[in-house]
Amino acid sequence: METFLQVLVSGLMLGALFAIVSVGLTLIFGIVKVVNFAHGEFLMLGMYLVYLFTTKLGIHPLLTSVIVAPLLFVAGVATQRFIIQPLMSARDDHIQIFATVGLSTALINLALLLFGADIANTPASGLRTPITIGPVRVLLGQLVILAVSIMLVIGLQAFLKRTQTGRAIRAVAQNRAAAQLMGINVNRIYMLTFGIGAACVGLAASMVAPLYPTSPNIGTYFVLTAFVVVVLGGLGSLTGAFAGAMIIGLIDSFAGFYIGSDVREVVVFGMFLLILILKPSGLFSNRLSLSHVSP
Amino acid sequence: MLRLEGIHAGYGPTTILHDVSLEVKRGEVVTIVGANGAGKTTTLRTIAGLIQPTEGRIFFEDRDITSTPAHEVVDLGITLIPEGRQLFADMTVEENLLMGAYRKEARSRQAETLEHVLSLFPRVRERLSQSAGSLSGGEQQMVAIARGMMARPSILMFDEPSLGLAPIIVQQVFEVIKAVTSTGTTVLIVEQNVFNTLKASDRGYVLENGEIVISDTSEALLTNDHVRQAYLGI
Ligand SMILES: Nc1ncnc2c1ncn2[C@@H]1O[C@H](COP(=O)(O)OP(=O)(O)OP(=O)(O)O)[C@@H](O)[C@H]1O
Ligand SMILES: [Mg+2]
Repeated sequence: METFLQVLVSGLMLGALFAIVSVGLTLIFGIVKVVNFAHGEFLMLGMYLVYLFTTKLGIHPLLTSVIVAPLLFVAGVATQRFIIQPLMSARDDHIQIFATVGLSTALINLALLLFGADIANTPASGLRTPITIGPVRVLLGQLVILAVSIMLVIGLQAFLKRTQTGRAIRAVAQNRAAAQLMGINVNRIYMLTFGIGAACVGLAASMVAPLYPTSPNIGTYFVLTAFVVVVLGGLGSLTGAFAGAMIIGLIDSFAGFYIGSDVREVVVFGMFLLILILKPSGLFSNRLSLSHVSP
Repeated sequence: MLRLEGIHAGYGPTTILHDVSLEVKRGEVVTIVGANGAGKTTTLRTIAGLIQPTEGRIFFEDRDITSTPAHEVVDLGITLIPEGRQLFADMTVEENLLMGAYRKEARSRQAETLEHVLSLFPRVRERLSQSAGSLSGGEQQMVAIARGMMARPSILMFDEPSLGLAPIIVQQVFEVIKAVTSTGTTVLIVEQNVFNTLKASDRGYVLENGEIVISDTSEALLTNDHVRQAYLGI
């Protein structure tokens, strides 16, 4: 029983980690309708920034989010403005996919050039402190991720629902031409959304870096799972992504413990394929829940 | 107030509008009459900035707006209520109306405008918290008109506001259009219901195959033989 509880809680913690990495990806997909294959590399970039700010300037990793999230916001805006937007008029949507794949490869190589292939360890600064709650143990940093990922989803939903800018973002996602007829500058909304999506993963970086070693291909490791989560949750749905992340976290944890750690990925990606075949719209949403944020 | 001079416009390589010139003066109600595919919607979309003309100029209050992007055209006070309503289907009726007031000049007076607009559409008031996509066609058209009015435009363009509506609803739509014009808002309207629309307007243009073939007062158009035969079925 105690083992079961521990595996359960570990799964939820892992789920929170997947959630915080996936939120920005699903936001960008839901609004800009671009699959950002460089999302993982944004995370990687963020983690290196966290590493630099903690080791060179001695800032606490969690505090670096105040700088890293805005920096990634700028990176996201620039990606939309200079890479995606010029390609938006292109007849073929695949060109945008190639562009983000290209960006991803470029960023990995940039990281290799700047930091080498070695692993960069961000100081844990107390975030690896184990916390015992009854029979289960978690790391302080994992609890932080859980709390922040919940606040992030709630905060983004409130922003999209209650603010004029948030409503404009949803309006653009639902009907681009009609949004223009309301006086909404669609390109600006896309830049803003891409920026927010990238900032989310910047925020994630400041919490992930103290727990996971940073390397140029760390992004690929996380983003593959993030894609599973986003598809599972229904592309573009924030709450769906959160729930999907929890499910994948639990599956990963239970499969890893009860079947064997070498098959967990087989199980997770097997699930992914099954969902794609059986219910490509995702398990939770019937429509974009970004466009229809339930009250 | 609004003036088109020798506009050529279309989609990609196909030119739909050929040398279209027309004018709408402040406070006027002007109708564009034309058969299906004549280019009425294309004309309105070009004015709205959704289509870039290949030749010609568009002036609004003596300002050249030919290459002004759509969202800036709205800011200047030109609002199009598009064909087929184009509501934000997954947003509530209230959210749709608030989006209508996105334009800076409208935003600060949003509550006041909403009250005024809802007084014209009691039906819409009852549906405020419902998602726009769940409304009936007539109700959706009301919301589309109400949303357009939320922008407090100086010129409001209607594209087939009564399309697909039952006669009784069409009657209501016309009453609302009258209410809009009575507040001094300038109106440019495209309607299949030619007789009623001409009755309610000052002047009209007849558009055929992307060209303006007749331009006259509404009274004269109502007695014009060609108009009577081709568009009034008399
Ligand atoms: N998006 C588009 N791409 C290419 N051609 C188009 C497009 N929209 C309209 N057209 C063509 O342009 C011409 C004029 O269309 P438009 O919609 O302006 O006509 P309309 O007068 O509004 O007709 P209706 O009364 O049917 O609404 C038509 O021949 C139509 O096929
Ligand atoms: Mg039309």
